[in-house]
Amino acid sequence: MEKGMKKRWISLYVENQVGVLSKISGLFAGKSYNLDSLTVGTTEDPTVSRMTIATVSDDETFEQIKKQLNRMVEVIKVIDFTDIFIRMKEILYIKVKKCTPADKVELFQIAETFKARVIDYGKDSLLLEFVQTATKNDAVIKLIKEEFKTIEVVRGGSVGIESISMMER
Amino acid sequence: MKQITGNKLFVKALKEEGVEVLFGYPGATTIDISDELYKQNNIDIVLPRHEQALVHEADAYARTTGKVGVCLVTSGPGATNVVTGLATANYDSVPLVCFTGQVARYLIGNDAFQEVDIVGITRSITKYGVTVRRREDLGRIIKEAFYIARTGRPGPVLVDLPKDVMGELGSPEYPKTVNIRGYKPNTSVHIGQLKKAIKVLEKAKRPLFLAGGGVNISRAGEIFTQVVEKTQVPVVTTVMGRGAIPTDHPLFVGNLGMHGAYAANMAVSNCDVLFSIGTRFNDRITGKLHAFAPDAKIIHIDIDTASISRNIQVDIPIVADAKEAITKMAEYVTGQNTQKWLEQIQGWKEAHPLTMKDRKLMSPLDIIGEINRQFDEAILVTDVGQHQMLVAQYAELTPKKHLIMSGGLGTMGYGLPGAIGAKIGNPDVPVIAISGDGGMQMNIQEMATAVLEELPVILCIFNNEYLGMVRQWQKLFYGKRYSMTNLKAGALSRRTNGEEFPSEYVPDFVKLAESYGAKGIRVMNREEIAPAFEEAKKNTKAPTIIEFIIDPEEMVYPMIKPGGTLEDMIMDC
Repeated sequence: MEKGMKKRWISLYVENQVGVLSKISGLFAGKSYNLDSLTVGTTEDPTVSRMTIATVSDDETFEQIKKQLNRMVEVIKVIDFTDIFIRMKEILYIKVKKCTPADKVELFQIAETFKARVIDYGKDSLLLEFVQTATKNDAVIKLIKEEFKTIEVVRGGSVGIESISMMER
Repeated sequence: MKQITGNKLFVKALKEEGVEVLFGYPGATTIDISDELYKQNNIDIVLPRHEQALVHEADAYARTTGKVGVCLVTSGPGATNVVTGLATANYDSVPLVCFTGQVARYLIGNDAFQEVDIVGITRSITKYGVTVRRREDLGRIIKEAFYIARTGRPGPVLVDLPKDVMGELGSPEYPKTVNIRGYKPNTSVHIGQLKKAIKVLEKAKRPLFLAGGGVNISRAGEIFTQVVEKTQVPVVTTVMGRGAIPTDHPLFVGNLGMHGAYAANMAVSNCDVLFSIGTRFNDRITGKLHAFAPDAKIIHIDIDTASISRNIQVDIPIVADAKEAITKMAEYVTGQNTQKWLEQIQGWKEAHPLTMKDRKLMSPLDIIGEINRQFDEAILVTDVGQHQMLVAQYAELTPKKHLIMSGGLGTMGYGLPGAIGAKIGNPDVPVIAISGDGGMQMNIQEMATAVLEELPVILCIFNNEYLGMVRQWQKLFYGKRYSMTNLKAGALSRRTNGEEFPSEYVPDFVKLAESYGAKGIRVMNREEIAPAFEEAKKNTKAPTIIEFIIDPEEMVYPMIKPGGTLEDMIMDC
């Protein structure tokens, strides 16, 4: 990674309206900001959506991203997750195909080690579900990719919320 | 309460917003709105000849009156034609509300006739854009559109109106108040931060004010001039900020930037505190970033937080409306001893004064000089190119003489419609457009609008037969290969490998003026300049085109080499 570049997270309260998602993603595309992942869903208030955005950027660009988001009419609030305590997880599914019986045994062991769940099972395939940090998911994908040839990966992007009492991330 | 259609509410909303002029071009999806407008007499309807020019006209109207410019165009091509106009307004922070027709809701997404996703297309060039999807939202959305356009950093707002929403019956109420939870523009100034900035300014040995377009937009010129006089701190301006202080003021140094004055660029490079107001440090004023004002502490007042520390790292940021901040400054600033610094600047001014080559027949300076002499009150509107930079360098501006142009986007074709919009908003003020022969032809169809609206605008064309600014770059940096810039080129020049060009310029601007019912004057030498303007002034019910035949070799100096620092100035060659 280039100097000063690091991964950062923003939580965004936005109006739950048509076109807002495309406006936010369009800002990132139009101004050449990196957009690592973006998740969105409605909140306890159905007129408000909340986004968790992960981006890789340097300090100046990140400041600019926050300012640009803040000035959008549809953005209600921008929270920088960089230096506050949060809980954040990402859901990850890995389907491993063309498994031998020995492969399956190994996959069960991997599942146990990484606190994953085996949620579906076929004659020669297996479906794993991980709910952990995106960084850990990166590691798991790397590991399974090395061991198994035919896999299918889908991940949801991180979802984060401020901690109540936990002093860890 | 009796229910009314969306079309009726639309007209009511414009009246309540105090709209006096609407720039509109009709079409299938807005025909019902046109019909409602036919039935009222409060709002004047101007019918331009092209939607791009329509937006420029509303834009210039807004810039010169301070009111919101209002546009109405149809869906599809009507909407796509406004794109350049909206981007122009967006870059220069001009308050506009642009209504676009849209196909009925049940047709949206069907690739219906004249359907485009105009909100999507204009997302990155408007301050805000929205499609009205429910009749009950119409009043609130129009109210919010006007509010968003004129508050904070002003800008264009696009409101897309599906035809069936507008036909639906609903409440006749137009809201009185606005409450947008995600949009609370901050205007008041943080006094602590401002005092800190003033303290830094007072300690400076070589302080300098940099005034950008924000000072003019907030109409803070008068109070700014008072602050300058009280502090005795000299001023440079951006092209958009020119006129923030009268240009003949002893503390005014000049414009900075790519075609800035030598003394202004040297002052920026050598100052120790740069107190900047209402500028976004565009690349055309900074030159190479790391060498911009290298010794200076930088103070920056801007209404847009995103403009602060984006291009230039700022030491003291202040988010505020320029006029609010300057008015507060006036209470706190004190006189400073800047005598030595002013002498140094005077030295630069004398070493390299702004000047142009003397031409045998006539130079642009003769023309701009005559405008300066003949008009005590005026709105000058330029197009884009060499003539624009020359006007920005030489036009004398006072509290009664203003200059508008497409600064940020650099839109060719702004001059003529800009003059029309300015004149509609200021019927008693002389309006003078200055265009090149290229830019003039980009919206030439607006001659009809100017004639039919009986607007006595004076339209100066600096005709050098070239797209001069590009030609200048080709002369300096591309071995004089004048590719695509000769406006006489065509089939003949291709056949003869560039050896021959038609002897007559196309079009004949004098005949063109006459065919529109305007007056046309051609000026070949400097003796004819003053009489031409005298003649134009007498033409009080129709526009006058004055075509000045100037030297094709004309250049704009000084010029900063692309990618160079502010001290890398080409003075002449």
